[in-house]
Amino acid sequence: MAKVEQRRGVSDETLREFFREMLLIRRFEEKVEERFRAGELPGFLHVGIGQEAIAVGVCRALADGDVIASTHRAHGHTLAKGTHPNELMAELYGKLEGCSHGYGGSMHLYDVERGNLGANAVVGGGLPAIVGAALAFKFRGEPRVAVAFFGDGATNIGTFHESLNLAQLWQVPAVFVCENNHWAESTPAKQHMPIEDLTRRAEAFGMKSLKVDGQDVEEVHRVAARALKHARDGKGPVFLLCETQRLVGHYIGDPQVYRDKEELNRLQETADPLELLREKLGLSDADYEALDQEVQELVDASVEFAKAGTDPKPEDALKNVYA
Amino acid sequence: MPELSYREAVRDALSRAMRADEDVFIMGEDIAEMGGSMGVTQGMLDEFGPERVRNTPISEMAIVGSGIGAAMQGMRPVVEVMYEDFLTISMEQIVNQAAKHRYMSGGQLKVPLTIRTQGGAGWSPGAQHAQQVEAWFVGVPGLKVVFASTPSDVRGLLWSAIYDDNPVVFFEHRTLYGLKEEVAEEIEPIPIGQARVHREGEDVTVVATGRLVHEALAAAEEAEQEGVSVEVVDPRTLQPLDEDAIVASVKKTNRCVVAHEAVTRMGFGAEVAAVVQQQAFDWLDAPVERVGAKFTPLPFAPVMEEYVVPHAKDVLEAIRKTVQRDGTS
Ligand SMILES: Cc1ncc(C[n+]2csc(CCOP(=O)(O)OP(=O)(O)O)c2C)c(N)n1
Ligand SMILES: [Mg+2]
Repeated sequence: MAKVEQRRGVSDETLREFFREMLLIRRFEEKVEERFRAGELPGFLHVGIGQEAIAVGVCRALADGDVIASTHRAHGHTLAKGTHPNELMAELYGKLEGCSHGYGGSMHLYDVERGNLGANAVVGGGLPAIVGAALAFKFRGEPRVAVAFFGDGATNIGTFHESLNLAQLWQVPAVFVCENNHWAESTPAKQHMPIEDLTRRAEAFGMKSLKVDGQDVEEVHRVAARALKHARDGKGPVFLLCETQRLVGHYIGDPQVYRDKEELNRLQETADPLELLREKLGLSDADYEALDQEVQELVDASVEFAKAGTDPKPEDALKNVYA
Repeated sequence: MPELSYREAVRDALSRAMRADEDVFIMGEDIAEMGGSMGVTQGMLDEFGPERVRNTPISEMAIVGSGIGAAMQGMRPVVEVMYEDFLTISMEQIVNQAAKHRYMSGGQLKVPLTIRTQGGAGWSPGAQHAQQVEAWFVGVPGLKVVFASTPSDVRGLLWSAIYDDNPVVFFEHRTLYGLKEEVAEEIEPIPIGQARVHREGEDVTVVATGRLVHEALAAAEEAEQEGVSVEVVDPRTLQPLDEDAIVASVKKTNRCVVAHEAVTRMGFGAEVAAVVQQQAFDWLDAPVERVGAKFTPLPFAPVMEEYVVPHAKDVLEAIRKTVQRDGTS
């Protein structure tokens, strides 16, 4: 099979856009890490360095009106779903201009207008509501799909099993995107799951499952589009397994005492989705630098925007408790 | 006398119990190589090995539930639920199973399980990582509830919890892990159900738990400058509750403030206020004042978080309110 043909799922131009978005996420998260270490950002932050291709590949395959639920590792999903870096950064600075208006923070990013139903700091917490959102779409005959992102670790919690069972039973238009980075915090997959192939978990419910190399954005996009079409066409939910790598600590500041540093270095050198795509695209250094500068400017501007934003008043805390 | 941090004190109690007793083991998320998300169990994997220091999947129902099963077989498991927010997931097993097996079996079974957890605000993680939910468990017959505020207390109480024949929900406060105190060479078990008077005073009793014990002590220092003498009592165990110690203190001071970090509404302080009004009504010179979090989820932005949870200044304000009443009006 000709290699060239394989990567004609999308045009070179589209693929370059994917690259730009992934680079934006990468530079954004590097900046977040830098600002956190400088003591400017409060809270508890998890970055998805190494997993950008999944956020971009899946979100680019979504249609207007589709919704997502995200996790504690949410910056990439949020940017890919269309939230402006300014609004995301402002949220991390706790400003009213933030996408959750300063009430949420990194683990609770919402942007309802853009179909982001919220990041969740409780592992597995977002899955059941995705089944319900998909049920609502089905009730109303709307051609929309609800998508849950979650990690390998989340497949061990009850809500995962209950949600997949219900989604399959009721044949709702949902896609369950599992980002298997083989770690749940410090716990390696072999310590938390007795099986290696996670598609078997979905198959146990009779659910269609697809598996993809999560470091290859073009593949993620192609397979996600298939999954979404299946769900949108009323053929039932899909489990989309993306094999990926967490190229950094679990949270910003994690010394990763539990991790083999040589193995980590090897992965950083061989499994970086941005490097892989850069090579695939054959980007010249000049092209790369131009793109890099462009996204870096966006990221820098987001910090300026956030810092110039409005602090909530203390009493604002009393708002929004009830509708 | 060695000085231990609160974190080390927890580790010391766990390690000594595991050295002394094959039936004690620990399990929870990331407690092995990483030593727990708060570093409490650091080094314990090396000493006790992976059989007795068990990393678990993210399965809070099964973590607690399997602890219950092992406890019913006569072991003394100590399970860790990483954040007390996630007790919500274990809730069924704690409330319907752990708390009730002894009763439902007509006394045939016992569940000597300790459920360690931690929480608390002050670091802006947002609404799902810093709640204080201890009061929810106090209303469940069959459970014991501990909330320790110092290194010596946490060590002595954890030991007692492990050796109690009942399920104990054991709350630690995140902001206290670095706190240091001199402790005895050997563990002195602290009976569950015994309050600690941290500071004696004549004018107002502050009954405080967790982080608010330290806020109350700071408020008491300031009140002293204003000529008000404050007694600070930490019940340490919320169920059973040392009612006698609280009532005796209020009968001496004639005024009472209750203080905790959890929301005021239905907070533990409500129970204390009820006990005080019933048993010391004729001694009270002022209504019992309540200090707790405002009735909101925890907001992310630090200015809002700071506003929602109580601090020493809130305790001081409540103290002033009680002394402004002279008892005759
Ligand atoms: C119910 C629950 N238990 C524990 C945690 C603490 N925690 C946060 S992230 C995490 C690991 C999640 O692993 P995975 O689902 O694989 O996602 P990843 O972090 O690898 O992206 C844990 C245990 C939590 N947030 N929620
Ligand atoms: Mg993972």
